[in-house]
Amino acid sequence: MTQNTSGLLPKRNRRRWLIADGCLVATALIGLSRKSLATGGKVRVGMTPAFLHDQHSLLDEWRAFMAASLRRPVEFIQRDSYRETMDLLRLEKLDFAWICDYPYLHLKQEVRLLAVPLYQGRPHYRSYLIVRSDNTQTRSITDLAGGVFAYADPYSNTGYLAPRYEIRQAGHDPKTFFRKTFFTWSHRKVVEAVASGLAQGGAVDSYIWDTLAIVEPALGARTRVVSRSPEYGFPPFVSHRSVSAAEFQMMQRHLLDMTKTDAGRRLLARLHLDGFTIGSPALYEGVAQMMRAFGEA
Amino acid sequence: MRWLFNLSFRHKIPLWTSFLIGFSIFVVGAAVMAHAYEDMKDAVVISAENLGHTLANTVAPTLLHDDVWRAFEIVRSPIRAESARTPIEVDAVVVLTQEHKVFVSSHPDTLPMLTEASALGPDWARLSEYLSAPAGTKWPLVLEPDQSSYLYVALPITDKDAQLGHLVLRYAKSVFHPWFIDTLRQGLWLGVLVLAVLIPINWYWGGRMAAPLVDLARRMGTMPQTVPQPLPPDLYPYDDELGQLFHAYDRMVLALRDKAALENEMVKSERLAAIGQLTAGIAHEINNPLAGLMTVVDTLRLRHDLDPRVLRNLELIDRGLMQIRDTVAALLVQTRAQARPLNQHDLEDIHTLIQPQVNKRRIRLDWSAAMPTELPAPASLVRQILINLLLNAVQAAAEGGHVSLWLGRKDDADSCLSIVVRNDGTLLSDEQLAHLFEPFASTRAGGHGLGLWVTYQIVTQLDGRISARNIDGEVEFVVNLPLGDTSCTTA
Repeated sequence: MTQNTSGLLPKRNRRRWLIADGCLVATALIGLSRKSLATGGKVRVGMTPAFLHDQHSLLDEWRAFMAASLRRPVEFIQRDSYRETMDLLRLEKLDFAWICDYPYLHLKQEVRLLAVPLYQGRPHYRSYLIVRSDNTQTRSITDLAGGVFAYADPYSNTGYLAPRYEIRQAGHDPKTFFRKTFFTWSHRKVVEAVASGLAQGGAVDSYIWDTLAIVEPALGARTRVVSRSPEYGFPPFVSHRSVSAAEFQMMQRHLLDMTKTDAGRRLLARLHLDGFTIGSPALYEGVAQMMRAFGEA
Repeated sequence: MRWLFNLSFRHKIPLWTSFLIGFSIFVVGAAVMAHAYEDMKDAVVISAENLGHTLANTVAPTLLHDDVWRAFEIVRSPIRAESARTPIEVDAVVVLTQEHKVFVSSHPDTLPMLTEASALGPDWARLSEYLSAPAGTKWPLVLEPDQSSYLYVALPITDKDAQLGHLVLRYAKSVFHPWFIDTLRQGLWLGVLVLAVLIPINWYWGGRMAAPLVDLARRMGTMPQTVPQPLPPDLYPYDDELGQLFHAYDRMVLALRDKAALENEMVKSERLAAIGQLTAGIAHEINNPLAGLMTVVDTLRLRHDLDPRVLRNLELIDRGLMQIRDTVAALLVQTRAQARPLNQHDLEDIHTLIQPQVNKRRIRLDWSAAMPTELPAPASLVRQILINLLLNAVQAAAEGGHVSLWLGRKDDADSCLSIVVRNDGTLLSDEQLAHLFEPFASTRAGGHGLGLWVTYQIVTQLDGRISARNIDGEVEFVVNLPLGDTSCTTA
C-alpha cells in the first residue's frame, strides 16, 4: 500500500524545513550562541551517523580529548538522522558538526567547510552496494529490480543519493525500480537489514562498511559488496557561519594537529582515520552533479 | 495369581505397601504433570498476551508511517539470538497489514515482507481465515492447528478506533516437549528418590510387623505333636491387637504345659497305684500258701528221725521261704497307726545310723533340720523314709561327694512337713524319672530296687507327696507330709 512512495517522503520533509528556514526565530538564538562561545562557553559539536556514532566509549574519549585540547567544555550532540542535525545547525544549536557531504551541499549557505577527514590517506570515500553474502547471483544494482532495498538516510550521499543516481543512469526510475524501500537511519543498520534478509540489497558508506568489517567482523561477513561507486568527497567537519574566525581556526587547528600527539593518533586509529586536511568545496563537485541530475541544486 | 496371595506376610506386607506407594506416586505424578502441561500452555498464552499488547502498541506508529526498519527493530527485540529454550520464549513475531500481507517479520528469511499470509503455509492460511472472521472475535486469538508444531497468538494492532493490522506471535511447540520431558524427568527422579527412601523403611517396618506373626504361625504349626514354647517377651512389646494375640497365645501355651504336666503326673500315679494293687494282690496270694508251707517245714524240722541230708534241704527250703516272706512283706507296705510322734531323738538316731556309710564313702553331709521338740508325724515311718532317702543319696553320691538334708515346715506352714534330700551323683534320665518309684527299678548295681518303692508307698499312705528332679547339677528328692488332717499342696 505504501510502495513507491518512499522516494516522495524526504522531499516533502525537506520542503517542510525550508519553510522553517523562512522563520526568523533562529536569528534570536544566534546572538545567544555566539555570546556563549565568545565568553569561553561550551563548544557544541554535532555527531551524525557519518561514522559509527554508537561507539560511546570512543565518543567519550574524543570529547575529553577535544575539551582538554581546546581548554573548553565540549558537548557532543548525537542525532540519528542527518536532518535532525541539519535542523540543529540551522537553529544555531550547534557550533560545529560532522555531517555527510550531501547535507553539506544543502547547507552551503549556513556552514563553512572546516576540515575533511583523511580516509586511507585521502579525503575520499565511496558508496557500496551490498547484498547478503549467500546471494552470489547479484552483479549490479539492476539485478535487484523489484526487490526490497534499504537506504541509510534521505540526506545520505552514499546511502541514498548515489544508488538512486546509479539507477537513474541505468535508465530506470528510482521511484518505481524497487518493490519497496525503507530507511534505517544509519549505515550500520543498512548492513544489519541486509544481513538479516529484511532487504535484498542496501547502499552503504564504504568507510563505515570497511570499519565494521574490522570492528564487527561477524556482521560484516554476512554481507557482500556487489559494486563500488566512484569516489566522493569524504563527509566533512563544518562550522556554522556564525562561529567567529578565531573559534573556527582554533577548532581547525585542533583537528589538523590530531596527528601530532599520541592521544590524537590513538583516537584517529580508533576512528580508522589517518588525520584531517583543510579540503576544498571542489571535493564535492561529484555530489553536486548528482544533485543537479535530480534537480536539487 | 494365587501364589501371590499365598506368599508369607514377611513378603506380602512390604510388597503390597511398596506397590501402593509406587501407585500413589505414579497417580499423583501423572496428575501434577498433566496440570503442569496445562499451566505451561496458560503461561505461554498469558506471556504472549502481555508481549503482544506491548508490541502491538509500539508497532502501531510504524505501520502508520510505513517505517519498516523501526517495525523490524521492534518485532526483533523479543527474539533471542539463540533458538528458544523455554516455552514462553517467542519463536517469531509477524506484523500483518489489514490485507493480511506481511508488513514486517522477525524472520525475513522464512517470513519475507510483502508476502500474502495465505502463501506462508497451511498454518498461516488458517490464521488468515480466522483473522478475517467477523467482529466479535475474542482477543487474543489462540490458534493451535492440528499437525502443526507451532502455537499462534494473534492480536489486532489499533490506533485509536482504526485497525491497522494484526500482530501474530508464534511459539514453537517443539520447545514445550523437551521442557515438559525435563519436568517429567525431574518428577521421575523425585519419585525414585521418595521410593528409595520409603521402600527400605517400608520393608523394615513390614518385616517387623510380619516377624512375630511368622514366628507365631511356626510355633502353632507344631502344636498337635508338642506343646510349643512361649514367644520371646521382646518379640512384640506393644499392646495392639497383635500384642493381645501374642499375650493370649502365651497364656494358652502355659495352660497347655500345666495340663500336660498334670496329665503326666496322673498317669504316673495311676500306674503306681495299679502296681501297688497288683503287688498287694500277689502278696496276699503268696502269703496264704507260704504260711502253710512254712508251718509244714517247721513241723518237719521238729522231727528227730530225719536224715541229716533231708534236714539240710529243709533248712534250705526254710531260708528260701523266709526270703520270699521278706520280699513279699517289703512289697506289701502296711502302715500301722502309731501314736508316737516324731521327736528330736529320732533325727539324732538317724544321723548316727547313717554315719558309718557316710564315713566309709567320705561323703560331706550337710544336715539342716529345723526341728521342734516334737512333731505330730508318725516317728517310725518318717524314720524309715529318712533312712531310705539318705542311704540312697549316700550310695548315689560320688566317692567323696556331697549329700544334704533339709527338714522343716514347708513354707513355714504349720500343716506340712517337708523333707529335701540332695546328692551330687549322676543325674537321673527322663526314663529313670518316669519309673523311679516302681518296684525293682534300681538305678545301681547291688540295689534290690525296693527302697524307693517302699518310701513311695509309705508317703502315699500318709497322704503325702514325693517327687524327684534334677536341679543345680544335683538330684533332689522332696517329700511333703501333712501334719494333722489337712493335706499338703505339692511343690
